[in-house]
Amino acid sequence: MRTLSAYVLLAIISCVGAASSQEIVLGLSKQEIGITAFFDGSEILIFGALKHQNEASSEGELDVVITIASPRIPVVVRRKEKRLGIWMNVDALEVDLAPNFYAVATSGPFDQVVSKASDLWHQISVQKMIGAVSGPEKLENPEDFTEAIIRIRENEGLYQTLTGAVTLQNQTLFSASVTLPANLVEGSYTARIFLMSDGDVIAQHQTAIDVRKVGIERWLYNLAHQRPAVYGLLSLAIAIFSGWAAAAAFRAVRG
Amino acid sequence: MGSCRNVVIGLCGHMYIYLPIAEISVNALVLLGLGGLVGVLSGMFGVGGGFLMTPLLFFIGIPPAVAVATEANQIVASSFSGVLAHVKRRNVDFKMGGVLLIGGLVGAGVGVFIFNYLKGLGQVDLLVKLCYVVFLGVVGSLMFTESLQALRKSKQVSASKLRKQRTWIHALPLKIRFRVSGLYISAIPPVLIGLLVGILAAVMGVGGGFVMVPAMIYLLGMPTKVVVGTSLFQIIFVTAFTTMLHATTNYTVDIVLAVLLLVGGVIGAQFGTILGAKLKAEQLRILLAIMVLLVCAKLAFDLIVQPAELFTLGSAGGH
Repeated sequence: MRTLSAYVLLAIISCVGAASSQEIVLGLSKQEIGITAFFDGSEILIFGALKHQNEASSEGELDVVITIASPRIPVVVRRKEKRLGIWMNVDALEVDLAPNFYAVATSGPFDQVVSKASDLWHQISVQKMIGAVSGPEKLENPEDFTEAIIRIRENEGLYQTLTGAVTLQNQTLFSASVTLPANLVEGSYTARIFLMSDGDVIAQHQTAIDVRKVGIERWLYNLAHQRPAVYGLLSLAIAIFSGWAAAAAFRAVRG
Repeated sequence: MGSCRNVVIGLCGHMYIYLPIAEISVNALVLLGLGGLVGVLSGMFGVGGGFLMTPLLFFIGIPPAVAVATEANQIVASSFSGVLAHVKRRNVDFKMGGVLLIGGLVGAGVGVFIFNYLKGLGQVDLLVKLCYVVFLGVVGSLMFTESLQALRKSKQVSASKLRKQRTWIHALPLKIRFRVSGLYISAIPPVLIGLLVGILAAVMGVGGGFVMVPAMIYLLGMPTKVVVGTSLFQIIFVTAFTTMLHATTNYTVDIVLAVLLLVGGVIGAQFGTILGAKLKAEQLRILLAIMVLLVCAKLAFDLIVQPAELFTLGSAGGH
């Protein structure tokens, strides 16, 4: 079924990649993800085809790398140390640009598919995706802090390295499915597809996936941030009403 | 897909609800259950339960800032529900409540200021947890030893004997007559008590009844029958004010979380009241003391033992 819908979408969506003898045609199972009240994660299917412009091209074995990234927002990493018998935060590092969510799926082992140079240039691995750090000069090993971001978010399912998750058929059709966890933040996510040959990027394509709160979630979030006083009063009204209702019900039950 | 990662209690259905402010997905059954559990306890022991609920919310992974602000909102509901019966029985000293409230509102303002300042420094979790360890430890041990003695003697040391004694409290100026409480004392001690409780409410996400009730009985010498109603009356306003301050400065009040806790709490409180009626007062107090000490021990343990992950992530610009 999926493959069928892939072909249907392929006919509709066709996009041209970087100037090269290769072209990437891409489809997504969804271009928008709505965070509803009952949101508990989402699965997204990315599929497409490689259009070979001159059949005789001698580019050898091809590989496909797909990444999905949330917007990059600053994050503060704090480190605990034992002081006066208590574990407390002692120093912090602000990492300016770290995606909250990042998945990278490859059709083969990462190190074989992506050369170090391509990784550095295109920021494909999560390590390269995390941007500049700023913090007090005296910090001994700032890399401990960036490693901590990766470790913590990997544990939460927010950073995923999906080796071999991209299937590539006949060097032409590719597909991968990525599971987005429930603890997503809003924003315009970016899906990138890289066509690799001998570790180099020979074509790439990029598209956006919109992740946003919808319905009551959107309404409450906006109210809380745009009109906090109204939101606070609403919270209080609900509380007072429930308190009164509980007391009234209690009296009714007790007679 | 439905992961059981954040679930403490073994319920893992598809009852996940996305909290719009906390921005995490949690199992609604777990929250209803927690609300119910604390509701049972508050019904049994006649306490607000904020001092148990807020740490439990930390344990299931709700960010402390959201837990504290949302719990303040929930306490508005439970105190309002409780105070109605006391108003009807004329067990509320409104004048004393008003004086306590003056201190309380100032205290809440100071508390939120301290909270926000330490949040910027990344020390707010530590502050909240330390406050819990200290207050739960002190109150729990006092309650435990007192109720042990009471169990032994089985005749309670009467508070009325204590309250007739003249103390330094009576030497202070600005005396006011409180008719309902039958007191003629200075306004300074109640304002100071209100101030302390206001700070606690804002920083810890509690009503502060567990500090205010003993203070009203032993320091001010108020009659026991008006203490609970008056304390609830004051708590409504202080926690409402705290809710507004957190909502407008930190945007951390999560309505969805509050409603889930409320529903569980309301139902739980009904069962708690029935259960409480079947146990003796001394037994109840010793149970409550043990529970308070257990929560205190768990929090202290987490601060002292090396955490598995030494690093934590926070959003930038929370100054």
